[in-house]
Amino acid sequence: MRTILSSSLGGLARRFFVVLGILFILPAQGVAGEFEDALAGLGSKSRKQIKSSIQQLAHLEDPRALPALTALLEKRLRVDAEGRLYEVVEDSGELLRIPGGEVVASPPDSLRKPRINNAVRRVLGPAIAHLQLDSPDADVRRSAAEALPDRLSERMLPDVRAAAEREKDPQIRELLALALARADIQSGDSQRQLAAVELLGESGGRVAASILSTLLEQIDSEEGSEADPALRKAIESALARIEMRTDLIDMAGNLIYGLSLASVLLLVALGLGITFGLMKVINMAHGEMLMLGAYTTYSVQILFLQYMPGWIEAYMLAAVPCAFAVCGLVGMGLERGIIRHLYGRPLETLLATWGISLLLIQTVRLIFGAQNVEVANPDWLSGGFEILEGVVLPWSRVAIVLFASATVAAVWLLLQRTPLGLQVRAVTQNREMAACMGIATGRVDMWTFGLGSAIAGLGGVALSQIGNVGPEMGQAYIVDSFLVVVLGGVGKLAGTVTAALGIGVVNKLLEPLTGAVFGKILVLLFIVLFIQRRPQGIFALQGRAAES
Amino acid sequence: MRMKNFKNLRLALGMLGIFSALLVAGPAASAKDDDTIKVGVLHSLSGTMAISETSLKDVVLMLIEEQNAKGGVLGKKLEAVVVDPASNWPLFAEKARELIAVHDVDVVFGCWTSVSRKSVLPVFEELNGLLFYPVQYEGEESSYNVFYTGAAPNQQAIPAVEYLMSEDGGGAKKWVLLGTDYVYPRTTNKILRYFLEEQGVKDSDIMEEYTPFGHSDYQTIVANIKKFAAGSPTAVVSTINGDSNVPFYKELAAQGIKAEDIPVVAFSVGEEELRGMDAEPLVGHLAAWNYFQSIENPTNAAFIKQWKKFTGDEDRVTNDPMEAHVIGFDMWVQAVEQAGTTNVDAVRQAMGGQTVESPSGYKITMDAKNHHLHKPVVIGEITEDGQFDIVWQTDGPIRAEAWSPHIPDSASKIADWTYPWVCGNCTEAKFQTLPGVSAQ
Repeated sequence: MRTILSSSLGGLARRFFVVLGILFILPAQGVAGEFEDALAGLGSKSRKQIKSSIQQLAHLEDPRALPALTALLEKRLRVDAEGRLYEVVEDSGELLRIPGGEVVASPPDSLRKPRINNAVRRVLGPAIAHLQLDSPDADVRRSAAEALPDRLSERMLPDVRAAAEREKDPQIRELLALALARADIQSGDSQRQLAAVELLGESGGRVAASILSTLLEQIDSEEGSEADPALRKAIESALARIEMRTDLIDMAGNLIYGLSLASVLLLVALGLGITFGLMKVINMAHGEMLMLGAYTTYSVQILFLQYMPGWIEAYMLAAVPCAFAVCGLVGMGLERGIIRHLYGRPLETLLATWGISLLLIQTVRLIFGAQNVEVANPDWLSGGFEILEGVVLPWSRVAIVLFASATVAAVWLLLQRTPLGLQVRAVTQNREMAACMGIATGRVDMWTFGLGSAIAGLGGVALSQIGNVGPEMGQAYIVDSFLVVVLGGVGKLAGTVTAALGIGVVNKLLEPLTGAVFGKILVLLFIVLFIQRRPQGIFALQGRAAES
Repeated sequence: MRMKNFKNLRLALGMLGIFSALLVAGPAASAKDDDTIKVGVLHSLSGTMAISETSLKDVVLMLIEEQNAKGGVLGKKLEAVVVDPASNWPLFAEKARELIAVHDVDVVFGCWTSVSRKSVLPVFEELNGLLFYPVQYEGEESSYNVFYTGAAPNQQAIPAVEYLMSEDGGGAKKWVLLGTDYVYPRTTNKILRYFLEEQGVKDSDIMEEYTPFGHSDYQTIVANIKKFAAGSPTAVVSTINGDSNVPFYKELAAQGIKAEDIPVVAFSVGEEELRGMDAEPLVGHLAAWNYFQSIENPTNAAFIKQWKKFTGDEDRVTNDPMEAHVIGFDMWVQAVEQAGTTNVDAVRQAMGGQTVESPSGYKITMDAKNHHLHKPVVIGEITEDGQFDIVWQTDGPIRAEAWSPHIPDSASKIADWTYPWVCGNCTEAKFQTLPGVSAQ
């Protein structure tokens, strides 16, 4: 203890007092002084100083440093003009003194945030994990074990070993054992190495594989050394096992990513499946309906921020019906005002809807500006969870998969199980006959087009969570939408769903093999060939409706 | 029938007459105005690039207004001629020709993408115009008629990679070169690949990946980066351009990749681009430029204040290409005053060696030889408010390498517009062979 102290503290007088303290008064006092010095260093203006203070605090293993370190990581640490530290409580905005934790009634004027960069964050994470290993809370210990660095430093090794020995929770113990195995493998003790290789082969991931293959290279390069052949063999078999496992996980991961891409395509194309698929209106303004949906989301977010900031987390829930209504109304207006005059004239419809799309883009540009706008993910849609090792599915994507399924189910129910759906199907199959049976075909057209546009609006809400929101965003999706609908077969929602799934999954399976650019080209080529062979798409309309 | 046709013809002729009169009258009226000096502004005000380029047009207008308030140049007022090439590359060439041939401008400030620059280059060389190009680019070019005020790769890409290799930057051993699929990312990555190989990075430790323009699904790529990075420190060099950056950074954050684990350094993300993004997932990631709004010095403070006042919007930000225009404009004014004329050949001669105090805090010099600026390199981490926290910078301005010494094909090439070289792309002096230049 004495050597550590004297090497880390400057100033002869100070050293003298500390040594005096250790020798004559209370050993703990000396350590406390060092602790306070290191703590105060967190408020320094120099990043180098902050970094070394963090390392010092981790080394002192005083759990009192935890609140300060986590506050620093979460950008809640403040420093006043005299260098005293405070922690801002996230929800209440209260100021707590560090160390101590008592509430400060009147905050000092000139509080600043310590500025940290990646170099500091890189030591901060492991330092927090180091201190949290002793926490009584199992969840904290688990996250600490997960946050342990790939290669444990010399200083941390004994602590992690001790923590692993006293750990009761099997899951945490395994995490710690893996971390230790990664370190043991370099230890040179062949007994330990063998055990570590065995463990890593059993449950290690890619990090383990990379460490093992480095070790293998090391053994190979040191020829003549008495490398244990058993160790070599163990490493090779462990590597093979890890590779098999990760390959399987990759396949599963690609399928899952494909599913998630498919659900985006589906949401984007479903509206078009109705306006183009059922009504045969070549709707070039479909992309702009998506855009309007996304801008509605943005407006709702702004309104929430302005009038009920406490409910901001819930703005997405309000945005869904709003976008549905706004786009539905715009769609019905378009149908009544323009498109109904153009039924049966595809070329004019194409030009007119294209004109409408330009009009909508320019209108939005005039109202909201040409810049992209910022739609923030609410907290419950940020981040993700790890379904398989290394395969993280973001919450926003999970939400989109669920949302797409729900929308498809709702549309299907609407078309198959309601009187409106019956009328829609009747009109799209045989307009004259439906009119003869007393259906107001004009009104049904309006509702159908409105429904298609409204669903496109829902697609826009979903897109705002994963991509850009700008006036031209719709243009990027219009080609994809038509591809899905045409491939699936015009007039069948089941076709749209199948085609979206097919394109999404094939795209994602091809991407790792060929790269994103070439993969997309291959998918396009495949679709062109398919349409050549089978112009009616995957699901063809059957019966007399198909002939007309 | 005949009569009718004849009538129509007369009508058409009449219309043509009126139309051509209008056409001629327009330029003629302004050409008479001899007491102004014309400055051409060639930036897209519509189309995909409008987002970035509109603010560059505004900067030039602001600089002209300021100069006129000071009394103009050579006792004459400056007059801006603004045209809109609409993010359409061939239209850039047409508009450049219109500026020089019809409006008779003395200098042009313009272009953003490398494609647009390549498109106007023959026009400027044919008509002996003068272009100031303000954006960082892939290098491998030097034209007699262009002054490059943005960064060459050795003033942006290479220092950024060196920083990431250093201990402070995370000591990266593996590299992901990720870009949009077009000339700038491909050339930059080619240079970086050669550079990394020189530094002893193995081929298997470099992952190069391109996505189409407007790509929005980065799940697989980010998952691959994670796989690739397992086990050793990795950095991503991103030349992703435009809108695709938002889904890319969102995916990184969603898959739990933090800047301290795998830092991403971007060459096309600046303050202006961050305005349309939720900056939270980007915090800690890096960008390398020659200037940041957050640089603290009096010149920069004055520049920011002037910009906010000119646009009347407190939320507007300044960025690197805007600063490049400020430097280019100030240098051009100085050169014109020194030459005593706006004659392109005279101004070009005077441009070499011009020095101005720039918002980046350094005295910036124009290299007489390769027409590029000596610029400092600054690396910043993105902060929550869409600004940059400077983590590293060069000791001073460094000279641009128009031709990269890292690419074997171009290592021996020299850009030198001073006697006896007089060429932008050659391996030996060849001034005699260039007609029109040797006549000087």
